[in-house]
Amino acid sequence: MFRKSDWTDQKIEVIIANLLRAGVTLAAMVVFTGGVIFLMRHGKEPAGYHVFTGEPSNLRNWRGIVHAAFALRARGIIQLGLLMLIATPVARVAFSVFAFVLERDWLYVGVASFVLLVLFYSLLGSAM
Amino acid sequence: MNNLEFTVLVGLGSFMAGFLGALTGLGGGVVLVPLLALVFKVDIRYAVGASLVSVIATSSGAAVAYLKEGFSNIRIGMFLEVATTVGALFGAFLATKVSTSAIGAVFGIVLIYSGYLSSRTLVDPPPDKQQPDPLATRLGMNGVYPSLNGPKSYFVHRVPLGFGLMFGAGGLSGLLGIGSGAVKVLAMDHAMGIPFKVSTTTSNFMIGVTAAASAGVYLSRGYVDPGLAMPVMLGVLAGSLSGARVLARTKTKQLRWVFGAVIVALGVEMIYGAFTGKL
Repeated sequence: MFRKSDWTDQKIEVIIANLLRAGVTLAAMVVFTGGVIFLMRHGKEPAGYHVFTGEPSNLRNWRGIVHAAFALRARGIIQLGLLMLIATPVARVAFSVFAFVLERDWLYVGVASFVLLVLFYSLLGSAM
Repeated sequence: MNNLEFTVLVGLGSFMAGFLGALTGLGGGVVLVPLLALVFKVDIRYAVGASLVSVIATSSGAAVAYLKEGFSNIRIGMFLEVATTVGALFGAFLATKVSTSAIGAVFGIVLIYSGYLSSRTLVDPPPDKQQPDPLATRLGMNGVYPSLNGPKSYFVHRVPLGFGLMFGAGGLSGLLGIGSGAVKVLAMDHAMGIPFKVSTTTSNFMIGVTAAASAGVYLSRGYVDPGLAMPVMLGVLAGSLSGARVLARTKTKQLRWVFGAVIVALGVEMIYGAFTGKL
């Protein structure tokens, strides 16, 4: 399907940069939408971030966030956008693994896979 | 202050931080936490969570712009990300263990150091170091970048030292919710002898991945508040994208000095706040 010569580092970089921009644009739109709803519903309430209480448990893991977002809870929608934002660099590393496979660069397939594993550990291991 | 007023003010402040951060090349994240903690009296844990999320946004959003002006090296970036992501995980776990005044004090030191760095201009390594290094060659890190005098090749050096420094940069990023771009560029520039054009762009590529590694820990510990992160992330993103646009038309030397002075002042204020228990 792909010939090796089609996949140069430069070309991979352009694809990655566009992937990142698309991810950030999408995430920003979701965050903005959630923000508008949040301010319409809770704009008059006092803002309190002086004392740390931590987020409610459903806004700390992806299942809870997706659930809250689909229930159209404003803070859930914002958190879903932030989750998409965090996922963007992860997608970038995943794509790099794929690109290094196409380049037959096994050393870097290993390096990129390790980085991907660390990211999964952080995101799934702690936020599951 | 109600949520609407708070959102507008924090959004404007974040826009300015992102704008100046992009203009001066120092990044907006480094002033965000002091701004939120000192001016808006936000608990430093919420501030760090919101800042970290915005770091991912600016790094990823700027990737396309960086492609046009610089030349990143995806092998150097990916290899060093092993160090920064593991360091970031450690830093994020550490952040949940130490006191907020300790975080404030470390933050103050990093701010003063970043301010000092901003007063210096980074120069490319001297040509006598331009001999290949066996380890870097085995790792496929040497590369070529276009210059005014045609394509110029470069050799990477002292990989273990750079790797170690990157672990530290990742740790700081995870502990303080910043991109640590200054430390990353320093490690690549001074330790590994990578040309400035290549190190700046490669560093930007790495910042998002590093931040994502600690973001998972922050999220699960409840440090990421949607009501706060929303104006911060949107403000910084809009500010840094506008800053990158006007960058070509401005003389940045004086601006770097002013911004550097502001950063040092914030650093002193953070350390003062940490020791008087106000953070």
